[in-house]
Amino acid sequence: MEPAKLEHAAPPPAAAVASETHAAPPGRTRRFSARRIAPYGYLSPTLLLIFVLMIIPIAMVVSYSFKDNVIVEQNPVFAGLANYTTVLTDPDFLAALKNTFIFITVSTVAHLVLGMAFAMMLNTPLLGGVTKAIFRIIYILPWLFTVAVIAVIWRLMLDPSGVVNYLLTTVGGMKEGVNWLSDPATALWALTFINVWAGFPFFMISILAGLQGISADLYEAASVDGASPVQQFRNVTLPQLKPILISMAVLDIIWTSQQFALIWMTTGGGPLNVTEMLSTYTYKQAFSSYEFATASAAAVIVLLLTMVLAFFYVRLQKER
Amino acid sequence: MSGGGTGSHGLLRRLLGVVAVAAMVGATAVGCGSDDGDSSGDGTVTLEFAQWWAPELPAGSFDKLMTDFTAQNPTIKVKLLSGPYASTKQQLVSGAASRTLPDVVGLDGAWVSDFAKQGAIADLTALMAEAKYDSNQLASQIQIKGKTYMIPVVNFVYPMFVNNDLLTKAGVTTPPTTRTQFLDAAKKVSALGGNVKGWALPLDTAVPNGIQNDVMSWLWASGGSMLTQDGKPDLTGPGVKSTVEFVKSLNDAGVIAPGSLTMKEQDKVEKFTTGQVGMVIDSLAHITLIKKNNPKLNFTVTPIPAEDSYTGKRGIPYASWGIGVADSSKHKAEAFKLVQFLMSQQTNAQLSTLANGFPGNKTAEPDFSTSDPLFKTAFDIYQAGQPANEFVGLPKAEDLMRSFDEQLQLALTGKQSVDDALTKAQEAWAPLI
Repeated sequence: MEPAKLEHAAPPPAAAVASETHAAPPGRTRRFSARRIAPYGYLSPTLLLIFVLMIIPIAMVVSYSFKDNVIVEQNPVFAGLANYTTVLTDPDFLAALKNTFIFITVSTVAHLVLGMAFAMMLNTPLLGGVTKAIFRIIYILPWLFTVAVIAVIWRLMLDPSGVVNYLLTTVGGMKEGVNWLSDPATALWALTFINVWAGFPFFMISILAGLQGISADLYEAASVDGASPVQQFRNVTLPQLKPILISMAVLDIIWTSQQFALIWMTTGGGPLNVTEMLSTYTYKQAFSSYEFATASAAAVIVLLLTMVLAFFYVRLQKER
Repeated sequence: MSGGGTGSHGLLRRLLGVVAVAAMVGATAVGCGSDDGDSSGDGTVTLEFAQWWAPELPAGSFDKLMTDFTAQNPTIKVKLLSGPYASTKQQLVSGAASRTLPDVVGLDGAWVSDFAKQGAIADLTALMAEAKYDSNQLASQIQIKGKTYMIPVVNFVYPMFVNNDLLTKAGVTTPPTTRTQFLDAAKKVSALGGNVKGWALPLDTAVPNGIQNDVMSWLWASGGSMLTQDGKPDLTGPGVKSTVEFVKSLNDAGVIAPGSLTMKEQDKVEKFTTGQVGMVIDSLAHITLIKKNNPKLNFTVTPIPAEDSYTGKRGIPYASWGIGVADSSKHKAEAFKLVQFLMSQQTNAQLSTLANGFPGNKTAEPDFSTSDPLFKTAFDIYQAGQPANEFVGLPKAEDLMRSFDEQLQLALTGKQSVDDALTKAQEAWAPLI
């Protein structure tokens, strides 16, 4: 955003600069040269940091992905696309891709639906201000916990002899508890549930802000036209929130695809790889198998997938 | 923006200011990677020592040892880089990749082969020779192709922890010494009902050391080996097969605490501490933690049960706080002085006592006078048995454990036979070893 502003503000039209340069005394020439350079000077700290902290590491990872035995060998050789072939034909990677897709899709949809539901609850005129404030604090709590705390809490609660199974067997009428995080049939869903629980408050708060920005006149007009609450939701609320919802959905897809700590601290990708995600797969390749070349190839694939999403997000922002 | 910027001087001054800020940021960024500052003009050398030991010792005790070292070697200072085990490992892997390892590094035996292959850690055999160090006093050295890369400073053994009250309640009068007795005891404890089970088996694949500590330990206890005599994998051999079949029989008998497929080591300790399992194979280092969290728990430590017909010396798994020197260190001689200090009879005994471990120096004797009597019991087990950990020094040791873990999980969940699991694990290991 800032560079665009500077471009508009700083350089005068080329013709004007040329004529002024011809007519101006030497002191003014220096002034205008300095003025042209100044924006770049202001940008240079950021550009330098971006170069050192982003461009160089990304370039290194991309270059690693085309070499064989990088890091562990003193003189790695060029391997072409071999690492990409290895990764893309690895059943574990394909399983991780599938798991990641399910994890992201379910998480994003649930975040939006729950976020919307709770935001509407907090926005309703049926509840008093104090009640809303209390619920707002309660609902936002999961978002305030760090990932480590969330992982520990849910590992304890979903333990075979934890609170959830205790309730299900005593109150819920189940005969025996479920191994939520260690049963291959339930682990991915349990993990996704934890992620949904941890992330929905952010959506709730964002959507609530959007709801509070919708003009009451629109609802009043819809009401005068005889629209039912459902019709008002479909024809007023959703269209008004659409930019927020789409932006948040795209951001959530990107964030969820990068989720690592929660998975690592709860299931570690197991049992039987059913919760293996692209992030854990890449980590294991690098820090367990010491296959930094294939880890780099996997990371580049993830980067490309994320860049597609980022492209849509940026385009969306421009349209707005 | 315009204050003071009325003339060309103001604008230039502003521009210079911006460039100065940029230069400062750049210098800061570059300075982060600077290697200066490890030796000062007066000849004092500052060694960086990365390890996970200090956080696991009583607060300040490791710093005090470093102060003692500096008192003995006034020209050498030590800067401790302390963190948890996992983050230390990540830091060292990154450091090894970028040739920026700290001068002295705490090592786990499972990392040594890979770091040595990378050329990240120095050949200690040469440093010992240069320093005229008598290596006979060392209990063990971790060697790759005849060269020492790691010296175990403190060893932590993994005996069987037994909950006396649960076993007594289940009608088991003495801790099991054979696999048959163990299965029988585990069944009786599990029959007590509630959430109580006979044994806990952590098979989490994020940190798959359960394969080393809780599975292969059964093999080593019976004098078995997962490697052939020439060091190749022998997972389809009778020893490993018998071990995995035994573990599967425990699983089939329903005596293993539920949730084992994603259970972590800390979960295992927690379950034992809270009396949810009767027996676990665990590090001696956890005795203090268990007693702190549940002072009333009545438990003891015993040797890991062996095969019924086995009468030889029992292998007992161990893990070490190992030490090595970075190959990229500019102060290898000084770094080795720190190694010598930690391996000296007095310091090594002191450190072992603090860590509740067993010394890496054969002549050092830990002081059990103020320790829990269980440490003395464990020390007797340690001396009567044979320290065994075949993963130490193997390349990609964690990867080996993980691939074995994945196949074992498939066998335990009935998705494949034990034979198939071992054949696939053998295939996964063969190219790596």
